[in-house]
Amino acid sequence: MKSFTYQRAQSIQEATQKLMQARTEVIAGGTNLLDRMKVFLDEPDQLIDISRLSFNQIQPTSQGGLRIGALVRNTQLADDATVRQNYPLLSRAILSGASQQIRNVATIGGNILQRTRCPYYYDTGFACNKRKPGSGCPAATGLNRMNAILGASDQCVAVHPSDMCVALAALDAIVEIEGAKGKRQIPFTDLHRLPGNQPQFDTVLQPGELITAVILPPMSAAKSGVYLKLRDRSSYAFALVSVAAIVEISQNKIKTARLALGGVAHKPWRATAAEQFLIGKSVDDDTLQQAATLALQGAKPLAYNGFKVEMTKRAIRRAIGISANGGGLA
Amino acid sequence: MDDRKKNRFKTSRRFFLGQAVTAAGTAIAAPKLLDSLSPTSTDQANAAMLSSQSEVGKVPITLKVNGQTRALTLEPRVTLLDALRETLGLTGSKKGCDHGQCGSCTVLVNGDRIYSCLTLAIMQEGNEITTIEGLAKGDTLHPVQTAFIENDGFQCGYCTPGQICASVALLDELKRGCASAITPNLSQTPKLSTVSSAEIRERLSGNLCRCSAYNGIVSAVQQSAGQSPPSPIATIVTSEELA
Repeated sequence: MKSFTYQRAQSIQEATQKLMQARTEVIAGGTNLLDRMKVFLDEPDQLIDISRLSFNQIQPTSQGGLRIGALVRNTQLADDATVRQNYPLLSRAILSGASQQIRNVATIGGNILQRTRCPYYYDTGFACNKRKPGSGCPAATGLNRMNAILGASDQCVAVHPSDMCVALAALDAIVEIEGAKGKRQIPFTDLHRLPGNQPQFDTVLQPGELITAVILPPMSAAKSGVYLKLRDRSSYAFALVSVAAIVEISQNKIKTARLALGGVAHKPWRATAAEQFLIGKSVDDDTLQQAATLALQGAKPLAYNGFKVEMTKRAIRRAIGISANGGGLA
Repeated sequence: MDDRKKNRFKTSRRFFLGQAVTAAGTAIAAPKLLDSLSPTSTDQANAAMLSSQSEVGKVPITLKVNGQTRALTLEPRVTLLDALRETLGLTGSKKGCDHGQCGSCTVLVNGDRIYSCLTLAIMQEGNEITTIEGLAKGDTLHPVQTAFIENDGFQCGYCTPGQICASVALLDELKRGCASAITPNLSQTPKLSTVSSAEIRERLSGNLCRCSAYNGIVSAVQQSAGQSPPSPIATIVTSEELA
């Protein structure tokens, strides 16, 4: 790790101002940032520790939802009684990621802003457009079993690694952002971006901006929400594919449907065409098959990840089926 | 055997490990240096490495480890694991992967288990840090340490300090009603007396054991939870008994 100076921010304003300076990073949990710094992916000259600021509360909103401070630890959110009760898929998504040791330290903001685990991004011996724009994407033609099948570009085929973010995408969450120019709120699904020809940017955050909170709207259907994660080993591994599904049934028909996919794209992928198709349908094999086909329309598998297309379709069918039956462990 | 020959074999295990790590470190650093295209940038890189090894940049840090307050002077980039092992001489916490993938560096911070390799020492000021060295009371082992011995919860022992610290925290998490990814009902979390071996395995998945002593580790946790795990002693059944 390269040496750096370390300061504890006394306020969010101080942190956002410092963040405008060159070669500056903020650290909260640090479980991803320090890992990257150890292999020289990030080489800040100064590190601003924001972990002691007071954005660590989970509070009910006046609308009946929840406001989650960006410095809430992953464990704290997964074990929150209201989250378990009203948004169980969020608990399950968090608990299916990383290990207890990491979840105890990693923050919600850090989970959202963690960077891809594409092996070519992580290995500075290779070119990578995300690390060094214009240098090339060896993953596109290399060992790309874990890489994207949806929304990729010829510049980048990386996937976003978070489980929690897939659940947040399905829950219509809002992100609260603060920067030197003030505060703003954007839909969570607009925060992460597709790689296009600027894969160095994971999100639409501007220089100096920090995430201060995530807001969950009230959603009665979320109690039957499901998070299904498929991976190479049964625990402590990143998703090959994952599905967050929330369907609401009324008079044996689907009233509302929310479907988000993980492990398939540069951002948590909301399958809106499939959601629209499901509304008004009864839950049967044919409906589920058609919804899954719609969700994967336009999929462009790479040399080694063709299996993800069929795997995602099956995961979608299973997750929707379980949610339609009231939810629970997928 | 003359003295010189004797000395050749007197290399201690720790000294040998130091040499081995240095050799491996050189190999890992090589591609990074090759990235630098001109001799000038290589010189700059070397100069940067030298200056970072000097006293410049060190800051006073106070850590509370195993009930004792320790005043240190460290660079901010020193991880908690390196501070414990290299500065405080607490070598019980092990450096396995140094990337939060193996769990051998697990320690407790304010009672919660964390990977000491993935946090900076300076970030832990003010927190109560407990390492494997802080679990026993004098000569009396912590019950989880005893359970690991009685259930063959290890073979080579390298991952064991991390496994034991993680297990101590796991038992506390169960008492506090924490859920896992495979808990069937999030509002009815498992109790110590009934927690399944599948739950224990899921909850310990952040600690790897390359000897694969997992059965013994799970038994040790079951015993610590007040359950009666199967005996670690293999039952030998003779052909006469089977007949």
